[in-house]
Amino acid sequence: MVRDAHEIQAKEKKEVASSTERLEPGRYYTPAVDIFEDENAITVAADIPGVKAEALNIDLRDNVLTLLGDVVPPETTGEEVLAREFGMGRFFRQFQLSEVIEQAKIKAELTNGVLRLTLPKVEPAKPRKIQIKED
Amino acid sequence: MIIRRFESSPFGMRQDPFSELERLRGELGRLVGSLGENGGRVAAAGVFPLMNVSEDADNFYVRSELPGMELKDIDLSVTGKGLAISGERKIPAEGGNIRYLRREREGGSFRRVLHVPTEVDSGKAEAKYAQGILTIKLPKAEKAKPKQITIKAT
Repeated sequence: MVRDAHEIQAKEKKEVASSTERLEPGRYYTPAVDIFEDENAITVAADIPGVKAEALNIDLRDNVLTLLGDVVPPETTGEEVLAREFGMGRFFRQFQLSEVIEQAKIKAELTNGVLRLTLPKVEPAKPRKIQIKED
Repeated sequence: MIIRRFESSPFGMRQDPFSELERLRGELGRLVGSLGENGGRVAAAGVFPLMNVSEDADNFYVRSELPGMELKDIDLSVTGKGLAISGERKIPAEGGNIRYLRREREGGSFRRVLHVPTEVDSGKAEAKYAQGILTIKLPKAEKAKPKQITIKAT
């Protein structure tokens, strides 16, 4: 496979540039995502290393999907930093969805720091023919 | 091409031209990601995976974000002062008739070598992988640890 031969390039973790002021301290990072859809569902795969299931908040309202994951940084008391190439903090990202999602059937799985979220689309309403009576 | 003449070196005569090479190699090593002897900070080396390195009296700690890997796809080797991490991050192809709206996650192979300032006990190195974060603990070799000398009062 061609994709296997590819060498991964290091990318700096992107911090969230927010227009709203945050009152809670701490850094927010933008997770890398893959989003794809077929006729039945929209699927989101997001890299959120360090987030445990209980610390992940997924919210969908008014067609806005919000992902917010809390990261508990590793215990490093008594350690002296020699090199720091990435920061740790919450993961945050929002998407505006154009499809109507069947809320009750949303599925979320979290494995080794990757979230996989399946958002099933609401079946399109059957076109209804309106009979017009003529006098 | 630069030809360096040792006879006319601004640093003065060098007994051994290889010592100059050694010096350059040391400087390059510092530039490409090994840690200086003084334990100074280095900027992001730009090699995947990015690492946070720290130490306490007994160990070095190396932490990396490697989400979505399987342990069998991560290869670690420890020798002397060196740590090599290599592996492959696989992003399985999605089947069916799909259309991508975002495609930011990257798969592929990686390899990174890191040098820590002192020798480590490779036999006692430990690694753990949880929530996509790899943590490696490298115990410092006994002979490399500073010795505490007790002064007896007479």
